[in-house]
Amino acid sequence: MKLRILQFSIFALLILVWHLMTTPGIVPPFYFEQDNRAAFFFGEPVKVFGVVVDWFWSGEIFGHLGITLLETALGFVIGSAFGLGIGLWLALSPTASAVMDPYIKGFNSMPRVVLAPIFAVWFGLGIWSKVALGVTLVFFVVFFNVYQGVREVSPNLIANARMLGATRHQLLRAIYLPSAMSWVFASLHNAVGLAFVGAVVGEYLGSSRGVGYLILQAEGTFDINTVFAGILVLTGFALLLDTGVGVVERRLMTWQPRASETERV
Amino acid sequence: MSAVPALALKDITCRFAARDGGGAYTAVANASLTVEAGEFVSVVGPTGCGKSTLLNIAAGLLSPSSGTVEVFGEKLVASEGVNRRAGYMFQADALMPWRTGIGNVIAGLEFRGVEEDEALAQGEAWLRRVGLAGFGDRYPHQMSGGMRKRLALAQTLILSPDILLMDEPFSALDVQTRQLMENELLALWAEDRKSVLFITHDLEEAIALSDRVVVLSAGPATRPIGDFKVDLDRPRDVSEIRMTPDFARLHREIWAAMKEEVLKAYAAQKAA
Ligand SMILES: Nc1ncnc2c1ncn2[C@@H]1O[C@H](COP(=O)(O)OP(=O)(O)OP(=O)(O)O)[C@@H](O)[C@H]1O
Ligand SMILES: [Mg+2]
Repeated sequence: MKLRILQFSIFALLILVWHLMTTPGIVPPFYFEQDNRAAFFFGEPVKVFGVVVDWFWSGEIFGHLGITLLETALGFVIGSAFGLGIGLWLALSPTASAVMDPYIKGFNSMPRVVLAPIFAVWFGLGIWSKVALGVTLVFFVVFFNVYQGVREVSPNLIANARMLGATRHQLLRAIYLPSAMSWVFASLHNAVGLAFVGAVVGEYLGSSRGVGYLILQAEGTFDINTVFAGILVLTGFALLLDTGVGVVERRLMTWQPRASETERV
Repeated sequence: MSAVPALALKDITCRFAARDGGGAYTAVANASLTVEAGEFVSVVGPTGCGKSTLLNIAAGLLSPSSGTVEVFGEKLVASEGVNRRAGYMFQADALMPWRTGIGNVIAGLEFRGVEEDEALAQGEAWLRRVGLAGFGDRYPHQMSGGMRKRLALAQTLILSPDILLMDEPFSALDVQTRQLMENELLALWAEDRKSVLFITHDLEEAIALSDRVVVLSAGPATRPIGDFKVDLDRPRDVSEIRMTPDFARLHREIWAAMKEEVLKAYAAQKAA
């Protein structure tokens, strides 16, 4: 509880500083020549919150937010599924892994955000070009984690399962998959974050809907307050998504030891 | 005793390929070892001498560089699969951390396609037998080391293997728990007399449990250097039997054979 109060105080303080520095007439201008310049570049918190409240009040934001979240969810699910499947396959087949190695490394080192315009050409300006970008970002995070996870399954565990009579197929289901899943969950926070980035960046580069599109439009008219409002909403939802992932993670990973499990009496 | 031994390792040599420039390491050389049906055999030897290696070969998890393994008269080829007649209790923890206690116990039944209700009923029965009734829904990390060992025991025994391979199963336990588990093991073993190959570096444990104790030489090129019959009465209580004069005599005898090898192993490790 005390922690929450401290966390909130910092937030309030930041907003306050922002407000004091940008409202014309409170602090004498020390960098810009004119009094209202700071507001032009940094927006004004009161107006920014006004925009946010207005968005939610009028319901205008929900359509855009829904699209962005849909793109995030699709990018995340498809990217994770591919990452899991290909990760398992390559980890269990040394030959395939050796053959694919340079390609994996190449694609991973490539700055994949530059693919966005290409995806826009391939998949159009609808949601699929954003999903595709999210997939390319999510895929590698999940892929590397699964690959690592399968490689690092304790040989003892495999030997034990084999002695208990597991066939190859059963080994996959009973040992490799659960073991890989724990690594997938470890990368989940990252993966969801990247799917979100993919969606927003995709929208920002060309779209007709979504929060990224709102920001793009506002920038076109130098409406800095709306830009900040968009950023604020995105940040809020990113936090919310992250919390959601945390909840799911705790549900599904009950078997993992947690740092402090003793109860205070 | 039947004519065909449950397990026969014949003239086994096991070399590990060289790593980072060093020469190949011969862990086991020309070792032969048999376990008759229904016999409890212990193998003792200094640390690092190749006990686990021998057991892995007997389990079909590792193929020897030369020599053969026969299971009830049939040749075992590691590349074609593991020893199906054997259950193996590993030296290190090998429970599945994502499965609950009962889930771990019935894993083997699941792999064999036993129906879930049936498997669960058997699993509960085995949890009771190893003193873990009511702990079935706990995950391994929520159990103590002793509980995990008992869980592993139940996991192995539920399949009723004809041969039981055990690699220092109790070495990580405190003396009291250990004696409890040893007695439990003997009681379970007495019920249907499986063949047991039991690895330990604790000579007292070996004598207290077994029909026969095999002493291995220090590595490299480990081989059996002594084979002692333990003619103590059964049923035994492991803590009481240690007090008997016969036990002391056997202990002296076997220790005389072992001592030199232990010292050799110690000197070799210190030099390395
Ligand atoms: N995969 C391997 N590659 C190379 N050397 C190995 C390998 N496995 C075991 N060895 C070596 O073989 C020897 C025997 O190992 P092993 O695990 O069988 O010993 P152990 O008798 O079971 O020892 P402990 O009592 O400590 O469990 C050791 O010197 C070890 O370093
Ligand atoms: Mg060992």
